[in-house]
Amino acid sequence: MAEKLHFSLVSPERELFSGLVDQVDAPGSEGGFGVLAGHAPFMTALKEGPVSVHNDGSVTVYDVRGGFADVTPDGLTILAEHAAEAAK
Amino acid sequence: MASVKEMRNRIGSVKATQKITKAMQMVAAAKLRRAQSAAQNSRPYAQRMAAVIANLAAGVSGDGAPKLLVGTGSDQRHLVVIATSDRGLAGGFNTIIVRAARQKIDALLAAGKDVKVLTVGRKARDQLRRIHASRIVGDFEVGGSPSLAVAAEVSTRIREMFEAGEVDVVHMVFSQFKSVVTQIPTVTQLIPAEVATGAPTIDLKGASYEYEPDEETILADLLPRNITTQLFSAMLENQAGFFAAQMTAMDNATRNAGDMIASLTLQMNRARQAQITKELIEIISGAEAL
Repeated sequence: MAEKLHFSLVSPERELFSGLVDQVDAPGSEGGFGVLAGHAPFMTALKEGPVSVHNDGSVTVYDVRGGFADVTPDGLTILAEHAAEAAK
Repeated sequence: MASVKEMRNRIGSVKATQKITKAMQMVAAAKLRRAQSAAQNSRPYAQRMAAVIANLAAGVSGDGAPKLLVGTGSDQRHLVVIATSDRGLAGGFNTIIVRAARQKIDALLAAGKDVKVLTVGRKARDQLRRIHASRIVGDFEVGGSPSLAVAAEVSTRIREMFEAGEVDVVHMVFSQFKSVVTQIPTVTQLIPAEVATGAPTIDLKGASYEYEPDEETILADLLPRNITTQLFSAMLENQAGFFAAQMTAMDNATRNAGDMIASLTLQMNRARQAQITKELIEIISGAEAL
């Protein structure tokens, strides 16, 4: 994949993740969606559930509760009231 | 002049106090580091939230706009939320916040507004109880380190009052942590939401935003959360400022105790010397008399 997506996951306590990734899958309130680089500007509330971050063939999963996803040309930002890396 | 024994006791007591202030200073310094990074870590969230709201607010206007954003249309009834620490022994830290709050309250009263007060932190309650007892509608304690749970509780209470039509405008007073030596008492407006005009707007490069479900729903969900976030970061800023102020205050106290010990020791030595001299004179003059 040529282009990468800038993704950051922030909770009130701290920034959990910030960096370039291939793809992010998130549970939107109207259905799950995936974001790649160059996605159209888009904003949605998130349901409680897992956010998967795909990068270089590996997947990291975060459990997210009470969040918002905000896609801009600069990348994807997820604001979550509670977020933690899921136990593997 | 006090006796040598009395002075020795006094020095002992000052030394004990100095040990305590020294220990408190070191504890505050250690906690400051943690509180400072907690405050810094919370900033990205608050900033993004503000940016998102500014972005959304620009697109929402008219009758559909949530009341939390545009207000009730009246500004007669004000609520002032005052956030301080629970504990003292931090120099003027809490007093400065409360003073800023009192100025705000006095200004509102002078303008003929109704003012209610909500305190977060024991010191705010204790200090305001004397002059604005009848205006305090509720008090919360920070309890240990700031938690999102307490912030959410306060935020719910504020929203309940707002939705019940008891207040029109909500302000918050807290201390912004600038650096270890500067904390700035700050007044911000929680309701109607202050839209950061200076916030950099996101360049969409010609594309338009899509919202799921829709702008109003998202905004209605986001605004209450923003209040919680603002409260939470105010509490974190306070916490960092509190430890910084405590560290400085305890450093001063330790130094003062050191000065006091030095001057007391000098006095004690003088007293002892005087006593010895006196005894010698007595012996010599006794011997001469023979």
